[in-house]
Amino acid sequence: MSTIVLLLITGLGLGALYFLVASGLSLIYGLMGVLNFAHGSFLTIGAFIGWEVARRLSDGSWWALAAAMLTGAVVGALVAAATEFFLIRRLYNRHIEQVLVTVGLALASVALFEGIWGTDPTYVTSPSWLGQTTEILGARIPNNRFMLIVVAVLVLVAIVLFLKFTRYGLIIRAGVENRLMVTALGIDVRRAFTLVFAIGGAAAGLGGVLASIYYGYVSAHIGGSLLIFAFIVTVIGGLGSLAGAAIASVLVAVLQQFANFYLGGTGDLAVVLALAAVLLLRPRGLLGAKV
Amino acid sequence: MSTNSSTTNVLTVRNLYGRIQGQQVVEDVSFNVLDTGVTALLGRNGVGKTSTIKSILGLIDRSGEVTLGGRRIDRLPTHKVVQLGVGYVPEDREVFGKLTVAENLKLAERSAHPNRALVEELFPDLVQRQAQLAGTLSGGQQQMVSLARALLNQNRLLLVDEPTKGLSPKIVGEVAQALLAAAKTVPILLVEQNLQVIRQLADRVVVLSGGRVVFTGEASELLDDPERIQRYLGVHSGSERSSAGQTDATVPA
Repeated sequence: MSTIVLLLITGLGLGALYFLVASGLSLIYGLMGVLNFAHGSFLTIGAFIGWEVARRLSDGSWWALAAAMLTGAVVGALVAAATEFFLIRRLYNRHIEQVLVTVGLALASVALFEGIWGTDPTYVTSPSWLGQTTEILGARIPNNRFMLIVVAVLVLVAIVLFLKFTRYGLIIRAGVENRLMVTALGIDVRRAFTLVFAIGGAAAGLGGVLASIYYGYVSAHIGGSLLIFAFIVTVIGGLGSLAGAAIASVLVAVLQQFANFYLGGTGDLAVVLALAAVLLLRPRGLLGAKV
Repeated sequence: MSTNSSTTNVLTVRNLYGRIQGQQVVEDVSFNVLDTGVTALLGRNGVGKTSTIKSILGLIDRSGEVTLGGRRIDRLPTHKVVQLGVGYVPEDREVFGKLTVAENLKLAERSAHPNRALVEELFPDLVQRQAQLAGTLSGGQQQMVSLARALLNQNRLLLVDEPTKGLSPKIVGEVAQALLAAAKTVPILLVEQNLQVIRQLADRVVVLSGGRVVFTGEASELLDDPERIQRYLGVHSGSERSSAGQTDATVPA
């Protein structure tokens, strides 16, 4: 029983990370039809800059962690908005060029990060409580998993409230359905594009700081490795569906944890098989729009 | 062809070309829309009526000269054309199905003081359905939402594309009545296949064939001439059934 509880909660923690990356990917694809392969770079730069700030303020304190999270989110948002404004905006409806540019940006940014911070992982120091465990039903759960879950839930609630109760949220929801018709109502949908990139980048940057707590280090490749699973989550949840991304994040991460434990470390294989099953049986994903 | 005085034209279109994915769908179209009443843009299926409307709005690639109240709009992006006072009611309604009726209307509001009173007067049914998802409405109700989105704002021109398409005769009558009421305050460029609706609404007509304008004039010049109706619209005199096989509905006078 304690093992199942441990796997469930650690799976939820990993799912929280996946969601922070996948939420932006899903919103960006839903509104703009852009498959953003550079999204992992927003996560990595958020993590690096966030921890640079934390290190200079006070290593290992809560307020330094808060500053790192805030900085990571802001940096992620700014880099993502700049990417949309300077690179993607000229390439709407040119999907091959979008893929080439975002893949190129992802590769170039990894090289840039390695040039600045080196190829070895940078180990981070977080508040001591996060490194301890809490016992639940006999399972000793690492405390950082609770923080991941709480932050992801807060981000999900914030995005839902934004989409539901603000003018730009309304524009984004309408744009996911029919972008041209939004324009035909006199709305400059390009601003919404930039905003969605910024929101996605903020979630990814925040996710970068949290990922470095989860793994204990930051590296130039941390965004790329999480991006693969975030793409899988986005497809399984249904491209463009935030709720689908949230549900799929949990399902994929929990499946991964259970398969790793009970099936001899085959978590990644289990996730890929789940993706194949979804593509074969329900290509639009769990909550995606009908094609 | 008749021509109208430029001083009373709200919209002038000169040598307009439109392309979709490189294919020419509007070819050298020129016509005017007066600043009062309803101008109907007619023609057989596939001649480029909807593409002409979309070219004016900039929803497809276009070249040529389009002026709204004397101001060139052919190089403006769609949202700026609309902001200048062009309301658009698209073919197939295109309501946002996952948004509520209230959200569809809220999204369309371009000013702090939208004309909600007019919308509530014309479409009382929508008031009862504010919280309903637009995707769950009937075709007629969705058309009301689509019209209401355009009528909420102070417009200089309405572009209305096949508003009665696929609707029951009763709803066609309601839509025609709403357009009649709207036409008292704003000029309308109307694409329509239902000849009875055209007879009721149109003051002037512009006829397209093969992507070009082949006739412009008073509506009666075309509608009272069965031979022209047959030639331009493919409608048999008396039956008033279009080449597309659409049946005309009776529109209350």
